[in-house]
Amino acid sequence: MSFFSNIVKIMSKYWRVFLIRGVGYTLALTSITVFFGAILGIFICLARMSKSKVLNSIALNLGEIVRGTPMLLQLYVFYLGLPRLFPGIPTFVSVSIGFILNSACYVSEVFRSGIQAVDKGQTEAARSLGLSGKQTMTKIVLPQAIKNILPALGNEFITITKDTSLASTFFVGEVMTSYLIVKGNTFLTMECLFIVAVIYYVMTLILNRVVGRMERRMRTSD
Amino acid sequence: MIKTVDLHKSFIIEGQPEPLHVLKGVNEHIEKGEVVSIIGPSGGGKSTFLRCLNLLEVPEKGQIFFEGVDITAKGIDIDVHRQKMGMVFQHFNVFPHLSVAENITLAPVLTKKKTQAEADEMAKELLARVGLLDKWSEHPGRLSGGQKQRLAIVRALAMEPDVMLFDEPTSALDPEMVGEVLDVIKDLVKSGMTCVIVTHEMGFCREVSDRVLFMDGGNIAEEGTPEQVFNHPQNPRTAEFLSKVLY
Repeated sequence: MSFFSNIVKIMSKYWRVFLIRGVGYTLALTSITVFFGAILGIFICLARMSKSKVLNSIALNLGEIVRGTPMLLQLYVFYLGLPRLFPGIPTFVSVSIGFILNSACYVSEVFRSGIQAVDKGQTEAARSLGLSGKQTMTKIVLPQAIKNILPALGNEFITITKDTSLASTFFVGEVMTSYLIVKGNTFLTMECLFIVAVIYYVMTLILNRVVGRMERRMRTSD
Repeated sequence: MIKTVDLHKSFIIEGQPEPLHVLKGVNEHIEKGEVVSIIGPSGGGKSTFLRCLNLLEVPEKGQIFFEGVDITAKGIDIDVHRQKMGMVFQHFNVFPHLSVAENITLAPVLTKKKTQAEADEMAKELLARVGLLDKWSEHPGRLSGGQKQRLAIVRALAMEPDVMLFDEPTSALDPEMVGEVLDVIKDLVKSGMTCVIVTHEMGFCREVSDRVLFMDGGNIAEEGTPEQVFNHPQNPRTAEFLSKVLY
């Protein structure tokens, strides 16, 4: 049973690297990505649904490029490209921007389907009362769409939590980076992988519960 | 109050080579204080005509004058004019994410017609009028169809419109709830509100209308007082339609 005793040894020495630094960075990266990704996603979605052909095709093409190329490749582009435009930009920031853009494109499609699922009669009723298109969107359509898309948005949160492991390629500091650090120091590869797997599993398990609870609360308020 | 000149509207239907020509040059003049009902067979253009009046459907040809202003002209802010035209839909379209009170106060407050306090005051009055005051903080999900439609009516009234447009207001209701909604509309008619009502309720139509329009094939095939249209229809299509309708 040297496997588990090794894990205990690793954790007693390196728990800060895994649980404080690693989990901290992962949660930070995930939260930043989901928050700004959702905001940017709304704009991409509105552009996609707007009558302007220019906005429409920009949003459409952006979405297709982002969804048609590997995320790791996109992260490389931002990791290497952004410092050229803005010398001295921290790696964490440029990688975050890569994640945000990627997530925004996926989320914009989620928003779009959520908005389209809101009954057309709602828009007609709001417009017939004399509300502007913008007021109708913000006060009538979006609040109802958000209820439709909350489950999908929760899943996106969980997916991103796992996807942030790609940031370890650039040594950003999240949980997968902790694995690289500790493995490099201890040479106990399987033990470290096991620890990291448990950490990710517990994080997504908790997120799943939180999302589930929020969904139920939303439903009862109907 | 509302005048339409040579109104044309077509819909492009997927898979069909020709667009469907629904309105074929409708000319109509609705006076202030008048109650006009529109009857006729399905596909005759009744709802489309009504929905053109506040530009929920944009006609491709013709003009609509509302209180002397051509609202089909370029550069018109239609929102301002819609604030003076209330509309009630077949499927209620109450806002499910807002409380009964918020359904009513949202538009007057957002369009800056009223402060929140003034709007609340008015909402209380309106809800009392239609017997829904006890539902003040409920969400519409808990209301019956008839209650939803009464809410939809007072929501439109909260904007203090000059005209009310009703698009088959009782067609989606269970039979036992039709009466309560019609009563609210009757009260409204008594108060002197200008109303345009698309309906299949012939008895109601006869009772409240000053004028009845029979629409068929994209135009007004016959019009007159309820007495004229129902008892002495001139157009054979009107007679045929009425003979098929039970009331």
